Parts: sequence; structure tokens; C-alpha cells
Amino acid sequence: MQIKLWINDKEYVDDISPDTILLDFLRSKGCLSVKRGCETSNCGLCTVLLQGKPILSCSTLAVRANGLKVTTIEGIQDEASEFGGFLADEGAEQCGFCSPGFIMNVIAMKNELKNPTEDEIKNYLEGNLCRCTGYMGQLRAVKKYLEKYSDMKKGA
Amino acid sequence: MRYVNKPVRKKDAMSLVTGKPVYTDDITQGSSLVVKLLRSPHAHALIEEINTERAKKVSGIECVLTYEDVPESRFTTAGQSYPEPSPYDRLILDKRLRCVGDPVAIVAGLDEKSVDKALSLIKVKYNLLEPLLDFRKAKDNEILIHPEDNFVSLVEVGADNKRNLCSSESMNIGNVEEELKKCAHVIEETYHTKANNQTMMETFRTYTSIDAYGRLNVISSTQIPFHVRRILSNALQIPKSQIRVIKPRIGGGFGAKQSVVSELFPAIVTWITKKPAKMIYSRKESFTNGSPRHEAEIKIRLGADENGIIKAIHMYSLWNAGAYGDHGPTTVGLSGHKAMTIYNANAYKFDFDVVYSNTMGAGAYRGYGATQGFFALESAVNELAAKLNMDPTVLRMNNMLTESSVGKTMPTYYNEELKSCTLDKCLKKAKEMISWDEKYPCRDMGNNKVRSVGCAVAMQGSGISSVDVGAVEIRLNDDGFYTLMIGATDMGTGCDTILAQMAADCMDCEYDSIVVHGVDTDLSPYDTGSYASSTTYITGMAVVKACESLKNKIIDAGAKKLGCSVEYADFDGKSVCNIKNNESISLIQLANDNYVGSNNYLSASESHYSPTSPPPFMAGLVEIEVDKLTGKVDIIDYVGVIDCGTVINPNLARVQAEGGIVQAMGMAMYEDIIYDRNGRMLNDSFMQYKIPSRLDVGNIRIDFESSYEPSGPFGAKSIGELVINTPPPAIANAVYNATKVNIRSLPITGEKVMMGMLKNA
Ligand code: FES
Ligand code: FES
Repeated sequence: MQIKLWINDKEYVDDISPDTILLDFLRSKGCLSVKRGCETSNCGLCTVLLQGKPILSCSTLAVRANGLKVTTIEGIQDEASEFGGFLADEGAEQCGFCSPGFIMNVIAMKNELKNPTEDEIKNYLEGNLCRCTGYMGQLRAVKKYLEKYSDMKKGA
Repeated sequence: MRYVNKPVRKKDAMSLVTGKPVYTDDITQGSSLVVKLLRSPHAHALIEEINTERAKKVSGIECVLTYEDVPESRFTTAGQSYPEPSPYDRLILDKRLRCVGDPVAIVAGLDEKSVDKALSLIKVKYNLLEPLLDFRKAKDNEILIHPEDNFVSLVEVGADNKRNLCSSESMNIGNVEEELKKCAHVIEETYHTKANNQTMMETFRTYTSIDAYGRLNVISSTQIPFHVRRILSNALQIPKSQIRVIKPRIGGGFGAKQSVVSELFPAIVTWITKKPAKMIYSRKESFTNGSPRHEAEIKIRLGADENGIIKAIHMYSLWNAGAYGDHGPTTVGLSGHKAMTIYNANAYKFDFDVVYSNTMGAGAYRGYGATQGFFALESAVNELAAKLNMDPTVLRMNNMLTESSVGKTMPTYYNEELKSCTLDKCLKKAKEMISWDEKYPCRDMGNNKVRSVGCAVAMQGSGISSVDVGAVEIRLNDDGFYTLMIGATDMGTGCDTILAQMAADCMDCEYDSIVVHGVDTDLSPYDTGSYASSTTYITGMAVVKACESLKNKIIDAGAKKLGCSVEYADFDGKSVCNIKNNESISLIQLANDNYVGSNNYLSASESHYSPTSPPPFMAGLVEIEVDKLTGKVDIIDYVGVIDCGTVINPNLARVQAEGGIVQAMGMAMYEDIIYDRNGRMLNDSFMQYKIPSRLDVGNIRIDFESSYEPSGPFGAKSIGELVINTPPPAIANAVYNATKVNIRSLPITGEKVMMGMLKNA
């Protein structure tokens, strides 16, 4: 069947089989940042944005994105480097395999929650598993990143 | 030191955080055969008949392989130096199936759909055998897991396949029986730790192809590229010279990838068909047929005098190898040697049996057996403290290795001399950080909640003494930058970075002037691989040595140019200077000159091994909250204070520690591989096998009490494995301090705590 969608603001028209999973479709279009860590929608590695909202691309059919906009980390390199810098300064990207999905969700959170508390941050990001870091370094990075924005707001 | 001991960013950090395609599946995107396995539904069976005719006819299928198509000599998939202590007990495909999921057939085809279809069309007639699932009954059972005649054990580890023994040994120091008789207090208990899965986020995966020279090229997510080369050569019965192994970025390993897991199958497909092939393990396969931690039952007898001074320790470890013996004989050794060494005593006894059974073959998992040993021994020590009505931190201070033990010979640690230790300072600092004295043993919070604290200490090694080899090559390039060729495997741990930090300080140059290269067995100097906490200590020393010899070569070359003798030439990282007349030549000039009409391309290669494996130490204290109505345990705060010698990169060391502690919290509280009556793993997904999320771990705080290890690079020891050892016993201790319930069998679930409280009431 035919679908038309935008991946990182670029239009794609393609003929796909109806059972194509969005994750596989995205990887086939060169968005290799999108990772699979499970088959049960538990790990969050495959997180991408659909119309700006985080979704699990492993449990979304590609047709669900028909007519819509998908964003992967390839499409927001500047924002990713900015937050990624905070992560790198904590040493909190260890193997990095969970990083793209985690970062997509952090960016979605930043757009969605205003001045979140620590608990709100943890709750928002709960679905992003990481086996390497123990989460503390990620939390330090997220807080510093958000602080920068609240400082900017305060300054303004 | 400009870079050592500084929180330098990882060399690969920015490409990882921007999602660059650097992992195995990302860099092998061209077309390749999809490889999958038909796996055994039975825990113990013989293949009586296997018919692959219909499967082979499915369009798109390239080949279907069965036990008739593979070499008949056995090998081990354990990544260890040759001769491997793990018995040679495997075939790529075997007629005898020893656990659920054992491979029955390999199918390779153009796409997943055709492969799946072919898999469903293979007809197998199984001769079902009675499975041996309880490892406690395995030794000398009449059901034999490895009755085959071509079972070989290369090293004398007490293996006897006719008794289901993968390994069996014993060690005696002093007279434990005599000492125990004299003891005022003896703790005699059995502790049980379960099999856990490493669950690195990137599952096992391998891509294979044939290069222009007809050689087998392997790109694999592995911790042990050089061992993979040897194991594939053993398995396929082809010369090592025909194999090249490349390690890209890896999405975690934790020991799982210290065995060959996904490599065999695409490799044989490619070798037979000469076509590129790829195998990606599903999460489920990584659960059901990975290389998990060995389940263990450890009996302890611990004797002390009336003042709580430990006199004798006896440990007996019963170890479940499962279907295959990977890492069995070696992991078990650490359960005793590492755990017992931390306590002074007059007599020690350690004996063990590693047994085969019809459960999934185990492997290496961070801590490598020490983790099981420390749960048992630290729990026993906590029980001793309770019996004496003593604060367990005080009991430890009186018995464990401390700074004043430096210089002592450690009888249970192969008579190595202790050269660095600040464990007493670690424990002291940890107590302050968590306010132990105010919180011990527990506080009633009202509302049926009790908060309590718990304690454990641990050690590990730094590499395998006299076995592990690390080598690096460092080259001076034009314009004066250096290439550091590393054979050790960065699996996210950041070893490329810390080795570059060391090199930058050794060469007095900018960190960015050192470029590193991941492992390629054709290019990289030989390294045993990244395991046994060896990289910082062993390969780090190779960096120090290689830089020293390159510096000498630079000075030599500079002196020649300057026309002075070497004694008068000095190198400060930027130029070589004749100290007599202050004439100098810059490194850039020197490097560039060597690239034109010169026989003087400068490079140095050094390898390093160590006759010792100096232990790093850690004190781990935890605060938990127990709900007295349900038994539910919540972690509030975990404090870890570590002596890893000089900390090469404080950020990376801290995150290593936090990550290891969280993994161990999972092991302590819920991670548990369970089988049904037929030996099928029940909880084979993240849905059922829960690992800690960020909501489960409370707060974790890490600090360091650095000693200086004279035999290590810049005074460093290891950190990677050590950090997983304290949480299970510390949490068990805290549970006791809150409820007076001793949980001796992991995981520490709310149900067990509740049942214990009801029993006590
Ligand atoms: S791949 Fe695990 S949640 Fe999508
Ligand atoms: S950094 Fe490895 S899984 Fe998160």
C-alpha cells in the first residue's frame, strides 16, 4: 500500500506492506539512530516523535504515520548535541545504545513540562531503560540542561 | 598530569549522543542473508530425524544446515586465553540437545519472511530424554549431560563428564576444623544466588562476509575480538589466518559478550555460501539462550572468637554450569578466592563443584563469580555480627584488610602481596555519608514503615595475573599527532578514552592529539580483550610502556637532527631541545621530516602482563524502607566509597559505579531466571524479567578513597566489576535490621520478607 509521510521534514512516498513496523521503515530510510531493544514495548530505545509527541516506533505501524510528521534524532542534531553535551560532561552516555531514544524523550519532555520536579522528570522518562549508567548521571544531565533554560527565562 | 584524574569527555561521546550509525547493524546495511535458528523446544533430547527438504525449497532460502553439515570436533565458546579452562563441550550444531533453545538447524535466506517460513517447514523427530533440571542433583546423577567421548578438558580443572562435573577442586590453608572447634561463635548457613541476564541494551549480533582475499570477515558486538578469531577457527576448523574480526561500537556487554554467542551461525553460513550474512538475536533469544550469571548455592561455615575476631572460613560453592561449561571453572574460583581474601583468618577452606544440567549454559557476568561469593560471605558476616550483637561495620573494621594490611601476603589470593588498600577509609567515609551511626539499625517511621541501613564490603581483581596480555602501538604521524592502536575493547566503558588520557599525559601532548582506533584483529596489537577488569590496569600499563619507548625514539631522532648526543637532548612534548645550546627542533618538524626520504617512521609497540592482580576495594551502605504490612522494600539511598587506586577519569568511574550498583539492585531484588517444569524459561522478556527503571533505584552517591597501586599505570587499579558486589548483601542486611528476617536466597522479594516476618511473629 502507498503511504506518504515526512521524516525530519523530508517528504517520502512509498509502497509498503501493511504490516511494516515504523521502526523498520525508519531504519530502511537511513534513520539508523532508531534502535530496537525489545519486542515487548518495554525499553524505550525506539522512541521517535510523531507530530512532536514521543511514541514507540517498535509498536507503531508505518501506516499510522501516513500523512504525518516523524522526527528522529537525525532531524534535530543541534538540539541533540546541546543536551548530549550535558550528558557527555557527566560521562552518562556509556555504551550509548539507549541514548537516541532517551534524548528524544528528554526533548519531548522539555517541550511538554514546564519546570518539572525531579519526580516528574523520573516519571516522564521511566520508560527509557538504560542498563549501563544507573540513571543518576542522566538525571544530573537533565537537571543541568533544564536549569539552563529556566536561567535563560529568569534572565529574560 | 593534565588529563589523568580529570573528567575528560569520552572520545566517542558526541557521535553516540547524536545517534550516529556506529553499531554492528548500522554499519552493515547492505544486503546480506538473514540468519535464524530453529531451536529445541525440549530441555533434553536427541534428534532422531531431521527433514529440511521442504524448507530448502522456500523461495529466497539460501541454505539450511543441520548437525550433519558442521565439523565434529568440540570447542568452547568461552572467551578465555588458550588453553581455555572451560571444557571443549560444544559443537556448532549437535545431535544431542541439552537445553531448551539449543540450536537444531540454521536457516539463511534473503529476507526474514522466507526464513521464518522455512523454519516452520523443518520436520524434526526428537527422542525425548529425561531432563536434569535441578543442579543440586546433578553430580553423579545417572542422567548425563555430556556423555560424548570427544568431550575434552584442556586444563586440569577437575572436569569429569561421566559425573556431570565441569570442574571440581578444593583448597586448604591452615586447619579449618581445628580452628572452628575453638571458636566461640560459628555461623553455618547456605546462601542461594540465581541466574541473572546481563540485558545489555544491544542484543547479540554479528555480520560476516568474505573479503577480496577470500578470508572470513566478522563484524561483531563482542568484548573479545581476538578470542572470537580463535573460537571461530576451532569451530569451523579453518586456520586463524583466514579470519578477521572487527569490533565496532558495542551497546553494552557486562560479560555476556565474553562468550561467542551470535558469531558461529552467520560465520558458518558465510563460509559455506561465500555470501554476506547477518544474525541479530531477538531480546527473547538473548534471554533464553544468552550467557547468564551462574546460579549458585554456597555453604558457609564462619567461626569467630568471643570478641568477634574471625578465625576460620569455609566456603563450598555448588555452581550450575547449565548445558555448557563456559566460564564455569573460573567464575567459581572467584566466589571463594575473592570473597575470603578480604578477611583475615587463621584457616581457610574452599571447595567447589561446577555441575552440568539441562538449563541454559551460563557465562560471564560482571563480578564473574565474586558477586555470588560476596553475597554469601558478607551475609554470613552480617549474621555473625547480629549473633554477637555487634554493629556489622565495627565487626568488619576488626577483621578486614585495611590500610595497615599493606605489605601482607594474602594466602587465599595466590600469596600475592597487598600493595595498596584503603578499605577502612572507604567504610569510614561511607558511614559518614549515610549517617550510619544515627540510622543503625533502624527507625520506625510510623505508618507501618521502617527505615534501616545495611552494610557490605567487597573487592575484585585487576586482570588475571600472569594470563592477561594487553598491547598497544603508538605512532607519530605527520604534523605531530599520535595514533594509539588498542587491542582492548571499549564496550561503552570508555577505555579508548582513558587510555588516550594516559597517552596524552605520557607524551605531554593535548588529549585531542591522540587518535584511537577500535579493534581490528588484522591491525590492532594483541589484547586478551575487555574482561576481568583488566583494561585500565593491564592495557593502561602497556600504554605507559609504549609511550616511554616512543619518547626515547623521538629523543633519539631529535638528537640526530640537532647533532648532539642523546644525554643532552630533552623532549617536552612539543620539541626536542639540545640543553647545551638551547637549539631545538619541533615535534611537527621532526614528524614531517620522517615522512620524506627517511627510514625513521616513529612508532612503538609494547605489551604488558602482570604477575599480580591488585584488588580494588569498596564499601557499600544502603538505606531502605520496609513496609511492614506487605514486606515491600524500597531503596532510599545507596552510598558507595571506592578504592580503585588513582581514578583515571572521575566521571567515567562514577558512572561505572552507579551503573554496577543499579544492576546489582536488580539482582538483589527481582532479577531471576525461572524455568517451568520442562526447563523452558518463563520470564523471557522485559515484561516479565524486570530490570531496574529510574523509579526503582533511590538515590546513589559515590565517592573515592584513592590508594596508590605501585604496579598500576599512574597508580590505578580496576573498577568495572567491583561495583556490582555490595548491593545484594547490603540490602539483605538492611532487611534484617528492619525486620529480623534473614533472606538467604535471592532475590529479596516482598513475599519472602513478609513470610519471614510472619514466621517470626
Ligand atoms: S524497542 Fe523496546 S520499546 Fe520499542
Ligand atoms: S548507556 Fe548503555 S544502555 Fe544506556
